Amino acid sequence: MPLSAGSSFLIILLVALTTFATRVAPFLIFPKGKEIPKTIQYLGKVLTPAIIGMLVVYCLRNTVILSTPHGIPELVAVVVVAVLHIWKRNNLLSIGVGTVLYMALIQTVF
Amino acid sequence: MTGYKKAFRKAFPYTIPVLTGYLFIGIAFGVMYAEKGYSFLWAILMSLLVYAGSGQYLAVNFFVPGFSFLQVIFLTFMVNVRHIFYGISLLEKFNQMGMKRWYMIFGLTDETYSLLCTTNVPEDVEKDKFLFAISIMNQSYWVLGSAIGAIAGTVLPINSEGIDFAMTALFVVIFVEQWMDRKNRIPEIIGVVVAIVALMIFGANSFVLPAMLAIVALLFVGRKKLDKEDDEICH
Repeated sequence: MPLSAGSSFLIILLVALTTFATRVAPFLIFPKGKEIPKTIQYLGKVLTPAIIGMLVVYCLRNTVILSTPHGIPELVAVVVVAVLHIWKRNNLLSIGVGTVLYMALIQTVF
Repeated sequence: MTGYKKAFRKAFPYTIPVLTGYLFIGIAFGVMYAEKGYSFLWAILMSLLVYAGSGQYLAVNFFVPGFSFLQVIFLTFMVNVRHIFYGISLLEKFNQMGMKRWYMIFGLTDETYSLLCTTNVPEDVEKDKFLFAISIMNQSYWVLGSAIGAIAGTVLPINSEGIDFAMTALFVVIFVEQWMDRKNRIPEIIGVVVAIVALMIFGANSFVLPAMLAIVALLFVGRKKLDKEDDEICH
């Protein structure tokens, strides 16, 4: 261990508290029992699909585009997941096939 | 404890994609942390108290002499800043959950947030117990993965490179599910396009905060059109 147990524990505690702070913030700003402003209610409704869209990009943020393999494994796997899901609507099938395909692509093909 | 057994049984199938993803990205975290010289108990402790994927990956780098506490707070805040926006969609849902809501808030990871907001609760199960079960199970996968990685990660016989794509695939699946509902399409397009533009401008390490702010701004600009869709997206 590079640090003492005390310092290590303190770091974990700081990371934990900071992370919790980001998650709890809206609940402190709009506490239980207080009317939620219309604007925030609207935002709550439309934000979820927008965040899901952002998270797809977030997951792919380290994809290499400009040099080989030019993001081809990611593109192929994402398209397969999407098409398979539109076709069969089975979460586990779409995710399972997509992940195994992606692993095969980056481990053997590219 | 009435109803919990049923809630867990009913919720489990919805969490299987997270099970797959969390076990393996948890293992990756455990391996990295163990390589720093920390035993599996430390990995378990961090996954119990912190519970954040990219946050914990980053945190592994904090355990070196001379790293300041202020840096710890700042870097952790920056990597998790997107979470500030998650609760906005869950205010009403969590406020009906009594004391359980504090755990629900603590457990708001990307994956749990996505499941809680997009899963339709089966009719024959109590809603708050069902949602609680999803959160508890998701964290248990994360803790388990971290422990496995810290204990045995370096000697795992299979080549697991690329297994973390399970998480990407989960979000693609949820994206497609949301797309089926016409009213989600414009927000989804905004989310993807803004994120890509922000990624190109700010780079992979710092695009999330500007992207989130631009998304919120655009959603306000489009309010007149988008607010017409009356029913709730995140029930």
